[in-house]
Amino acid sequence: MMSSLLRLNQVEAFIQKFHILHDISFEVPKGEVTVLLGRNGAGKTTTLRTIMGLNKVSKGSINFQGEEIGNLLTHRIANKGIGFVPEEQGIFGELTVGENMRVAMKKEDEQTTKRMEWVLDLFPDLKKFWKKPGGALSGGQKQMLAIARAYVNENELLLIDEPSKGLAPIIVDKVTESIQQMKEQTTILLVEQNFLMASKIGKKFYIIDDGRTVHSGQMDELKEDKVLMKKYLGIS
Amino acid sequence: MDLISTLVINGLATGMLIFLLAAGLTLIFGLMSVLNFAHGGLFIWGAYTGVWSYQLSGSFIIGIIVAIVTGLLLGLITEKLIIRPVYGNHIQQILITLGFMLVLQEFIKVVFGPNQIAVSPPAFLQGSFYVGDVIFIKYRLFIIILGLLVYFVSMFILKRTRIGLIVRAGVMNKEMVQSLGINIRLVFMLVFMVGAALAALSGMLHAPYSGVIYAEMGLEFSILAFIVVVIGGMGSFSGSLFAAILVGIAQAFMAYYVPALSLAVNMLLMTVVLIFRPQGLFKAKG
Repeated sequence: MMSSLLRLNQVEAFIQKFHILHDISFEVPKGEVTVLLGRNGAGKTTTLRTIMGLNKVSKGSINFQGEEIGNLLTHRIANKGIGFVPEEQGIFGELTVGENMRVAMKKEDEQTTKRMEWVLDLFPDLKKFWKKPGGALSGGQKQMLAIARAYVNENELLLIDEPSKGLAPIIVDKVTESIQQMKEQTTILLVEQNFLMASKIGKKFYIIDDGRTVHSGQMDELKEDKVLMKKYLGIS
Repeated sequence: MDLISTLVINGLATGMLIFLLAAGLTLIFGLMSVLNFAHGGLFIWGAYTGVWSYQLSGSFIIGIIVAIVTGLLLGLITEKLIIRPVYGNHIQQILITLGFMLVLQEFIKVVFGPNQIAVSPPAFLQGSFYVGDVIFIKYRLFIIILGLLVYFVSMFILKRTRIGLIVRAGVMNKEMVQSLGINIRLVFMLVFMVGAALAALSGMLHAPYSGVIYAEMGLEFSILAFIVVVIGGMGSFSGSLFAAILVGIAQAFMAYYVPALSLAVNMLLMTVVLIFRPQGLFKAKG
């Protein structure tokens, strides 16, 4: 059995006065892709933001590599080795692609340069539009930049929020392929509405509904469980 | 033609002084969304401590250095004690920074006395020279050159260095910057300190320009800086330079041709910009 890199235990969180997360518990095994599934508004994005410290944990614990990170500031959490690709991508629109990457790079050593070269080979468009402002990129290119920015540092875990959102099917295939390549080197926690994409990449899944983890299992099993898919994901 | 050139040079010098004050203000607002009405207080403290050390040591350069150090220290104190507790609340920011502005202003009178202090430029910057028919006053030229130098050095840092990129990225998306492992609070503090140092430098440079310093000049001058920030676009460094030059030149011409309207023209400029381009001349919509 693989060891858990990240473990959430009965996490609760508020956004302003609204109680969004009621009871979130799950584990992310090292070296795998774990997928959080659920309908819109179930609390998946809030879960990722809470792990990153962008929302405060009001109850429960978040443990990363054996250390409690639930009360740390966001930059400290990131520096523990967690990369974040937010739902809205978080591209710095007035900075060029190269500048976006430079802001993200914690070091400029040989290792980081190699990762940069690898990721640019994976997304040649980024190399092509290196001097173009981030805001002028297409939706797919922005997503590639957001993923590349999170990947360029040697992170132990990547949190990726809905990478297929708003993208054309051909671009979704490209993003899927790139995440598949990344999972060979990094553990990934993926939030995804596109079940087809999630099922191609993920191994283990958790379903979140109304701020609670209500189901978990192996992705292969979920594909066969039509009742569960209809009940929580609206897929028939 | 020589009159117009002279007025333009006067306007440029005034514009550069306003720019130095507004540059800090626009960065602080752009990055931290903080409305700092105490900025004028940093301006007068820079002027007084700078002039005090200039007159004590006889060295204008020492005066400038002391003013900058005063700005940095006051910036640190202001950010930690005054601004930090009210992040995200504009009403509280306005009230507390206006209050602190008055405290800084009155404290000047306690430390340096209530009377005006006369200041002259250092010997090497006194006098003027002609190029053709145009008269160049050395001290004004010095302010213009120093202002441009500050602008270009700041732009180099903002555009070419990683810390500059982080500041610009922070203006656009603070959460994302934090998510990339950067301590945005530390960046906030540094930017605030640099902004305060620029305000203090502006105060020190303004002293020999106007020939006299007094405690109330901070509030008067900071109104011009706020006008410039609104015209240029909040958060835009280049916008502040452009608007400061515009305001400086408009004021110089009006002061010569219609003196009674020299302050009103700036208000008019701001009103026109707010009507037709509320986000400011240099800031992208939204």
